[in-house]
Amino acid sequence: MDVFFQQLINGISLGSIYALIALGYTMVYGIVQLINFAHGDVYMVGAYIGFYTTAILGWSFVPALLMAMIICAVVGVIIEKLAYKPLRNAPRLAALITAIGVSLLLEYGMMFFVSPQVRTFPNVLPDIQYTLFNSVVISNRQILILVVTVFLMLLLQFIVHKTMIGKAMRAVSYDKQAAQLMGINVNNTISATFAIGSALAAAAGVLVGIYYNAISPLMGLMPGLKAFVAAVLGGIGIIPGAMAGGFLLGIIEAMVSGYGQSLFRDPVAFLILIIFLIVKPTGIFGKNVREKV
Amino acid sequence: MKKFRIFAILTMITLLTAFVTGCGGGATEEKKAADATEIIIGGNLELSGAVATYGTALKNGAELYFDEVNAGEGVLGKQIKFKVLDNKSETTESTNVATRLITQDKAVAIFGAATSGNTMGAMQVAMDNKVPIITPSGTALEVTVDPNTNQVRDYVFRTCFIDPFQGIVMSNFASNELKAKTAVIYVDNQSPYAKGLAQFFEEAFVKQGGKIIGKEAFVPEDQDFKATLTKIKNLNPDVIYLPAYYEAVGKIVKQAREIGFTAPFLGADGWDSPKLVEIAGANPLNGTYFTNHYSSQQDDPIVKEFVEKYQAKYGQIPDTFAALGYDTAILLVDAIKRSGDATPEKINEALAATKDLQTVTGKLSVDEQHNPVKGAVILEMKDGKQVYNTYVTP
Repeated sequence: MDVFFQQLINGISLGSIYALIALGYTMVYGIVQLINFAHGDVYMVGAYIGFYTTAILGWSFVPALLMAMIICAVVGVIIEKLAYKPLRNAPRLAALITAIGVSLLLEYGMMFFVSPQVRTFPNVLPDIQYTLFNSVVISNRQILILVVTVFLMLLLQFIVHKTMIGKAMRAVSYDKQAAQLMGINVNNTISATFAIGSALAAAAGVLVGIYYNAISPLMGLMPGLKAFVAAVLGGIGIIPGAMAGGFLLGIIEAMVSGYGQSLFRDPVAFLILIIFLIVKPTGIFGKNVREKV
Repeated sequence: MKKFRIFAILTMITLLTAFVTGCGGGATEEKKAADATEIIIGGNLELSGAVATYGTALKNGAELYFDEVNAGEGVLGKQIKFKVLDNKSETTESTNVATRLITQDKAVAIFGAATSGNTMGAMQVAMDNKVPIITPSGTALEVTVDPNTNQVRDYVFRTCFIDPFQGIVMSNFASNELKAKTAVIYVDNQSPYAKGLAQFFEEAFVKQGGKIIGKEAFVPEDQDFKATLTKIKNLNPDVIYLPAYYEAVGKIVKQAREIGFTAPFLGADGWDSPKLVEIAGANPLNGTYFTNHYSSQQDDPIVKEFVEKYQAKYGQIPDTFAALGYDTAILLVDAIKRSGDATPEKINEALAATKDLQTVTGKLSVDEQHNPVKGAVILEMKDGKQVYNTYVTP
């Protein structure tokens, strides 16, 4: 039983990261029906900004996190304006291929500027382990990841449901043209969505940098794909679905590695994607009439 | 038409004669010049590109020894000329460099390349021209033995030990020194190096009466290892064998200590990097051991002397590659001395007959598969530093 709880904790901390990245996927998909494959690389950029501010400027955790979120929000908006906006009325495949291009640009551009070698974060937080029920170990960093994730999700729910920009986002995702006729600035709303999604990815990047202590220009590749699986699992376009999907995928992966074979973990994650796409493409939370953002 | 043909034939004959005599004349002259004063050793090394640090350290190590020899009495009354060309860490470039060194510079032996792959790019040229080639640091089995025919490659040698030996040494250390009865193997699934080591460790460990109670694998892109580590922790092994490169090793050891798993981790020369400590942290690495070719802290007088000389010349502590470069130079000079006339054929025979040669990385003999028989060191990580633990002879 102890082992089960330990695996649950491992899965939840991994799942928090997936959930944070998946939120960005799902929000962007909800509003422009684009799978933004560059999203995982925005997460990588966030990790590097976190590295720069803590290791070189010597900032502490919270300002570094905020700085990464702000810069990545700007990066997200720039990507949207330069790469996706000109293609908004083009076939969806064109935008998808552009997204892959942006992803490669970010990865190899970063490799050019910061070299492909692995960087390590300084110790911005003390490393403390707590032991529960005899042998279940949880570290303060795992708790931090969970707390930050839950806080950001609540904040996002608040923004989407209680603010004007949130209302605009929901309206645009429901019907772009009708929203425009009602006087909503669609371009600004889409930019805001990219900004918020990218900021969340940046937060995930900084948390991962601190938790695993190693970042590299290609670090966004796998988590980006996994977060995509999480978004589909929860129902792409649905915010609570992305959260649930992220946690669920993290826990499934931990259980597969823990009780099955360590190498089956990635195949299982992608098998879930395939099964959901065939059997229930709208995901766990999907209904026939989608409530999207 | 007929006239033209005769003319053409005549021209060709003239040209050919000129070519042959020109060539011949040049070669004998060059040979005479070389014979008179110096012996040319060609260096085919990675001075730029992906593994540039390997090639540079090898070159530094080798030049240190060649300079010593030249400052003394030389070899067979001649000076050694070490001509190094950059193969840019590329296999095709390595082939070109070796061709140039042998055909144009008339090198009597080729030193390098650093990696197994680049050495294999150069060795066909060397074998065709019957010139010996020595890799200081290519550990792959098939460098000296053709895997298809099981034939030893006549002109290829190396100065480093091979992977099976590392696995066996670590297994001995686990059984005898750490008194381990049970082990788990956790291997990088995409690296032939790691999988080879894992296999040899397992064979040796089982032979010594140990038990492998679990085998797990990962891919190098993984970030999170905690689920698998929790599983391994629950198996409660005495030791974990982790043959992998330093980046994954750093993450794994760090995460293992975070879930309160304290068993010793054992590894191989892929751990040898300053990045390891940066990623894992100094404390988590306490109680981990790995095999390596040499340690600058060995209490051996020959090692101490080497470290001093190297530091005096280059201002840094020599790493493993510098030591292997120095040793390869010792091996070559020794073979040239024994060859008597410094022709590639004779040097090759002398290399194959090397016995009990004292080098920095141990007393070295060349076996029938052209691999050196020598020991390995076991290093222990203590507070972020590599501490010399023992020297294991085969």
